[in-house]
Amino acid sequence: MRPLSSFVLGAAALAGSALLLASQTNVRLAPDPDNAGLKLPAGFGALKVAETGGKARHIAVTPQGLIYVKLNRPKDGAGILMLRPTADGRATVASSFGNYGGTGAYVKNGYLYASSDHAVYRYKLNANGEVASPNAPELLVRGLKVGSQHESKSIVLDNEDNLYVNIGAYANACQEQDRTRGSKGIPNCPILDSAGGIWQFKANKLNQRYPDGTRYASGLRNVVGLDWNQQDNQLFVMQHGRDQLHDNWPALYTDAQSATLPAECMYALKKGDNAGWPYLYYDQQQHKKIQGPEYGGDGKKEATGNYLDPAAAYPGHMAPNGLLFYTGTMFPAKYRNGAFIAFHGSWNRAPEPQAGYYVVFQPFKDGKPSGQWEVFADNFSGSAAKTASGRADHRPCGLAQGPDGSLYVSDDSKGTIYRILYTGKKS
Amino acid sequence: MNRKHLILALTLLAGGGLSLQAQHRPAAKAKTPAKATVADPALKASLTRGAAVYKNVCITCHQADGGGLPPINPPLIKTQYVLGDKARLSHIVLAGLAERIEIDGEEYKQPMPAQAHLTDQQVADVLTYVRNSFGNKASAVQVAEVKAVRATLK
Repeated sequence: MRPLSSFVLGAAALAGSALLLASQTNVRLAPDPDNAGLKLPAGFGALKVAETGGKARHIAVTPQGLIYVKLNRPKDGAGILMLRPTADGRATVASSFGNYGGTGAYVKNGYLYASSDHAVYRYKLNANGEVASPNAPELLVRGLKVGSQHESKSIVLDNEDNLYVNIGAYANACQEQDRTRGSKGIPNCPILDSAGGIWQFKANKLNQRYPDGTRYASGLRNVVGLDWNQQDNQLFVMQHGRDQLHDNWPALYTDAQSATLPAECMYALKKGDNAGWPYLYYDQQQHKKIQGPEYGGDGKKEATGNYLDPAAAYPGHMAPNGLLFYTGTMFPAKYRNGAFIAFHGSWNRAPEPQAGYYVVFQPFKDGKPSGQWEVFADNFSGSAAKTASGRADHRPCGLAQGPDGSLYVSDDSKGTIYRILYTGKKS
Repeated sequence: MNRKHLILALTLLAGGGLSLQAQHRPAAKAKTPAKATVADPALKASLTRGAAVYKNVCITCHQADGGGLPPINPPLIKTQYVLGDKARLSHIVLAGLAERIEIDGEEYKQPMPAQAHLTDQQVADVLTYVRNSFGNKASAVQVAEVKAVRATLK
């Protein structure tokens, strides 16, 4: 008996190492021949990791390479998908759980954090990066305000067990009548008490509600993309700027002005900061904070008060839904510690052409934006005509970095998960 | 018997209410428009004026092709909201729409603001335009119909 079992064991070990060898030599991680339909800088390639068929919002990749995808609406009863990588760099849906829709997904210190539109949960990960008890998440925060717009509760952690949650303002500009022509802004906008900012909670304390948290930063209309910058140990967020300057104030703004104004802003936040929504907006052409028309502005009058300047500004309405500081080594050195921004694409530019539907790279130096941003991954929409009409095939939303330094991008229109690789020579 | 009738009526009523919440676009049955209608100069003028109102007031949310923007702004293409009851449609324009609605399995959440600043003529024109654009084909909305709805809002 003994010799036989030894033989079986030996044969199994041999087969195992042969398999390992095969996976290392025969199957190479390679971009799709068409780079998954994307246009990329020289030396980069892309492949479609998976077609989830769900509204894939934010994504997180574990150190082991498992991909968690948060769906905006549950698909077949599950709002989180776990994708297991295959040898060719793609992945297949291995499990699904979480009966709630939402946006937030983040992995840190052995936990998966995920959010619905009114709560934040965490799931303990095992040594393989798998969720140990998918049906028993720990409820960290509940009772967050949610209206009929800007519902996403995006999340990120710092290095001291603090959890940051965006609570979007459930209005465009805090008017007496939301989005209504000529309607004035409400003084001391009451929305800001419970929304329109970033709230800080503990990442390891259960059943927190508003009184357990801190309003970390205020005057932020709606943040979907956010990340923690490890270089200067600071929270960076991307605000969705206000809509409809022309629709609501046609005497002050033309269609063309309304299409590009105001800026979509990147803010570097410290505790107590106020970015000024709804009282002001940032005009990236005048490089000024301008008083909002709902609060007595005329398109030129500068805002007064102690409000934060943006760290960087981008053209209007492109909807920055994902922010990721790249810390990997796969990409050339210029990308390290810079920011990738997923611009979901505009709707608020009609009748002017729509814009966005791409991933942008913003160079950084010493933890601050430095130099002009550039389009990094384009053509998610499928064509220039589809971008202009807003009828995009895919809409980039979430960003994550793989253990090898690959950049993952989710699409919440068709549910495609992309993986961008650097295959060129490093200088 | 009476009770039975009552239940039937309530069921029908509930069914009607539900279909408001979750309706589907009817299969595209292209009704051939009467030639006299197309040649109607009053209708032509209303469509031209309505297109201008649409571009000025509606286009940001509902888009140039009337397709809206899932899951924020609903489409205006072949939905019962547009092709159905004209009084309800006028009411949406004049009073806005705050409830979440579902069209073809997609839920639309962003409230529609009231457009009470438009004149009865402008509302009639833009609704006539919408009911006869983007593949839609339905009867014109008359100024008197809008006026009647506005009267209920005061």
